[in-house]
Amino acid sequence: MIAYAFRRVLSAIPIVFLTITVCFFILRLAPGGPFDGERALPANVLKNLRAHYNLDQPILTQFFIYVGGVLQGDFGPSMVMEDFTVSRLLSIGLPFTLMLGFTAFIVGTIAGLVAGALAAVNQNRWPDYLLVFVVLIPLIIPNFLMANLAQLIFGVYLGWLPVGGYRPGSYINLVMPIIILAMPHGARVARLVRGSMIEVLGTNYIRTARSKGLGAALILTRHAIKPALLPVVSYLGPGLSYLLTGSLVVEQIFALPGIGKYFITAALNRDYGLVLGTTILYVFIILALNLIVDVLYAWLDPKVRLN
Amino acid sequence: MKFTQVFKAVATAGALALMMVGSASAVTLNLGNGGEPGSLDPHKVSGDWENRIVGEYLEGLVAEDIKADPIPGQAESWTISDDGTVYTFKLRADAKWSDGVDVTAQNFVDAFQRLFDPKTAAEYAYLQFPIKNSTKIAAGEITDFSQLGVKAIDDKTLEITLEASTPYFLQALTHYTAYPIRKDIIEKFGDQWTQPGNIVGNGPYNITEWVPGSYVKAVKSDTYYDAADLKIDEIMFENTEDLTAALNRYRAGELDILTDFPSDQYQLLKDQYPGQAHVAPFLGVYYYVMNQSKPPLNDVNIRKALSISVMRDVIGPDVLGTGELPAYGWVPPGTGNYDGAAYAPAWSTEPYEQRVEEAKALMAAAGYTPEKPLKLQLRYNTNDNHQRIAVAISDMWKQIGVEVELFNAETAVHYDALNAGDFQVGRAGWLLDYNDPSNTLDLLKTGVKGTDGVVNWGNNYGRYSNAKYDELMNQASSELDLVKRAGLMHQAEALAMDDFASIPIYWYVSKNVVSPKITGFEDNAKDINRIRWMTKSE
Repeated sequence: MIAYAFRRVLSAIPIVFLTITVCFFILRLAPGGPFDGERALPANVLKNLRAHYNLDQPILTQFFIYVGGVLQGDFGPSMVMEDFTVSRLLSIGLPFTLMLGFTAFIVGTIAGLVAGALAAVNQNRWPDYLLVFVVLIPLIIPNFLMANLAQLIFGVYLGWLPVGGYRPGSYINLVMPIIILAMPHGARVARLVRGSMIEVLGTNYIRTARSKGLGAALILTRHAIKPALLPVVSYLGPGLSYLLTGSLVVEQIFALPGIGKYFITAALNRDYGLVLGTTILYVFIILALNLIVDVLYAWLDPKVRLN
Repeated sequence: MKFTQVFKAVATAGALALMMVGSASAVTLNLGNGGEPGSLDPHKVSGDWENRIVGEYLEGLVAEDIKADPIPGQAESWTISDDGTVYTFKLRADAKWSDGVDVTAQNFVDAFQRLFDPKTAAEYAYLQFPIKNSTKIAAGEITDFSQLGVKAIDDKTLEITLEASTPYFLQALTHYTAYPIRKDIIEKFGDQWTQPGNIVGNGPYNITEWVPGSYVKAVKSDTYYDAADLKIDEIMFENTEDLTAALNRYRAGELDILTDFPSDQYQLLKDQYPGQAHVAPFLGVYYYVMNQSKPPLNDVNIRKALSISVMRDVIGPDVLGTGELPAYGWVPPGTGNYDGAAYAPAWSTEPYEQRVEEAKALMAAAGYTPEKPLKLQLRYNTNDNHQRIAVAISDMWKQIGVEVELFNAETAVHYDALNAGDFQVGRAGWLLDYNDPSNTLDLLKTGVKGTDGVVNWGNNYGRYSNAKYDELMNQASSELDLVKRAGLMHQAEALAMDDFASIPIYWYVSKNVVSPKITGFEDNAKDINRIRWMTKSE
C-alpha cells in the first residue's frame, strides 16, 4: 500500500509541472494585462511597472524565472494586491478555505447519508417522496440565490444569524455560509445513497439475511451500509475538491477571507502570479484527495485491493 | 447584613459594572466599503474604496472638510506668491505620526520624491505634475531628485514650486498622491510597510487589522491633533463586493453606511427606508467613444447622427432606475473653476422625433438606411447596467439605419481594446480626480508622439484630434485669470462637442445608503465623506 501511494505521489510531479506550463502560457495568450484598467497608464509608468514584474523580459525567460521561484517556494508578487506576495495571500486564505470546505463537507455528507438512507428504507412512502423533493431544491436553485434568500429570511427578517462578515473567532458568522455551501453536496450524497441503498436492499444476499430472520436494523448496519457506500465514496473525492474550489460565491457574498474568490477575480484581473499560485495549490489539493479516495476504495472493496 | 443592604450593594456593583461597560464599549462605524483594497500605499492605490481607507490613516497638507472642500490639514496656513507658482506651507506644531514622531516638512519632500521616482511607477503621479520638474523626474530625464520643486525650508516649513500657476493645485493637494510618508518605515519594512503592526500614519485613525477579502479595521489615533473631537472610535471597512448581500447586511443593521447599492433596489429603499438612500450628482461622465481614426466614424455627420439619436432622458430614470441626469456636454455640472453657462447644443431641446428625422437624413446622405444599415460593433465591459444601456441605445440606432453588434468583455480586455484603438464604438466612464474642468477636457487632447515614434493617446480612446482644441487648452493652462481661463475652456468644450468628439450619455451620481444613526454625512460632488466629521448614535 505504501509503495502504491509513493508511486502515485511521484506521478503527480509531471502533472503539476504540466499545469504550471499550460496555465502560464494560456494566461499570457489571453488579451489584456494586469495593468489594463479604466484608465490608460502613462507610457513611462507602464514601462516601469512591466520592468518591476519582469514582464519586459522574453516570455521564456519569464517562465524560467517563475518556475525557479516556485521550486524555492516563492510564488512571486501579486500584481493587483500589491501589498502582498502570492504566498502570503494564500497562507492567509487557505486555512480558512480548508476549514470552511471541510466543515461543509462533514455537515453535508452526514446530512446526505442520513437523508438518503431514510429515503431508501421508506422507499415509495411519504418520507421518501418528501426527501426526494427537498433534496432537489439545492440542486435546482443556484447557491448565490440560496445565500441571498437565507440572508433575507434568517438574517434580515428573523434576525437569528448574522447576515455576513467575518470576525476572527466568531463561529456564528460561519453557520449560514457553511450550510449554504454544504447543501448541494449533501443533496448529491443523499441521492447517491438512496439509489445504491435501494439497489443493495434488493440483492439476493439481503433477501437471504432477511429470510434467516435478521432484524431490519441489523441488516442495514451489518450488511447493507458498506456496499451501499461504494458509489458515495467515489463521489466524496470530487465532492470535497468541488467544495474546496467552489467556495467563490459563498466567500464573496458573505465577505469571508478565503482563497476561492482569487481563482476567479485574479483571472479576470490578469493577476498572473495569483492565478498560477491558486491553480498550483488546487492541483495539489485535488491530487491529494484523489489519492486518499483511491486508498479508501481499496479498503472498502476487496476486488480493487486484489487487482 | 440586612436584605436591603445586600440589595443596595448588588445594585451599586451592577450599576458600576454597567457604567464601566458603557465607557469601555467603543463607537464602531461599520462602513460597506465596496471592493478589496489592493494596497494601502498612497502611491499605489487608485480606487475610491482605497481612498476611503488611506484618507483616514494619512492626511496631507490640505484636508477635506465635511463637504470635501479643502481646509488646512497638516499645514495650518500657507501663502501663495503673486504669480501663483510658489506655495509656502507652515506645518502644525502638533502634527504627529501615530508612533509619536513629529510630522516634518522632510516627510513631504520624501513623499513627493518617491511619488515621481520612476521605480515607484505610481499610476496617479500625473495629478501632481504641476510641480516643477516632476514630469522630467517621472520620465527619468532628471535623476537628481533635489531638483524637484518641493523643498523643506525648515522642520515645519515646506515650499512647493510649480511649473506654472495652477488654479486647482490646493484641490490636488487633498488627493492621496500628496500625502506624506515615513521614509524610515518604508526602508525598514519594504513592501510590507502597510501591514498592520508596521504601518504608521498621521491621520485621524490607525490601521490595526487587515483581513484580505473581509475587512480593514482602523481605530482612533491619540496622536492626531484633532483626536479629542473624533466621535467615532473604530471603523470597520467591510468588503462589500456583492452589492445585494451588502444591502441585506445594511437592512439587518450590520452596516451603517453603504457606498453603493444595486440600482434595481432603489425603489425598495425609497419605500421601506425613506431618506436613507442618498443619490447625488457626482463629478463624472458616462460616455461612448467613437474611433475616429478610421472610417466610418471619422465622418462627423455619422457621429452626429449617432449622438443626436440617443434619447438620453430615459437612460437615468428608466433604464438604470436611479435618475442619472442626461449629459450633452463634457464637463459635469458643479465642476469648480468653470464660471459660465453649461454647454447645451441646440438639438438637445428639439423634440426627439425631429432629431431622429435629422439623424436619418444624415445617415441617408452617407449612404445608409434601415434597409441597408451601417454595421457597427459596440463594445462594453461586462456589467448588467452597461448591457442595459447598450441594448437600449442599439435599439435607438436601429431606426436611423445602424445595425449594432454588441460585444462585451471583462474590464481588462475591454480597456486593452480601447487603448489599442481596436474598436468602433466603446463604453467608457470618467470620474474626476480633482474638481477642475481640465480634468475631463484633457481627455480630448491630441496624443503625444513619444521618443519611440509611437503616438500615445492616453485616455483619448477615440483619437479625437483638433489643432484648435489643443491650442485653446494650451492657452487655458497658462491663463492666470480664472474667469478668462474658464472662458477658453468653455470654447474648447463647445468645439469638441460640436465636432461630436464623443457621445456623452449621463452624468454620474453617487449612491450611498446612510443609517439615520449617522450624522455628519453630507452629499458632495466628489463623493468623499471623511469619518472625522461623523457621529453615530445608538
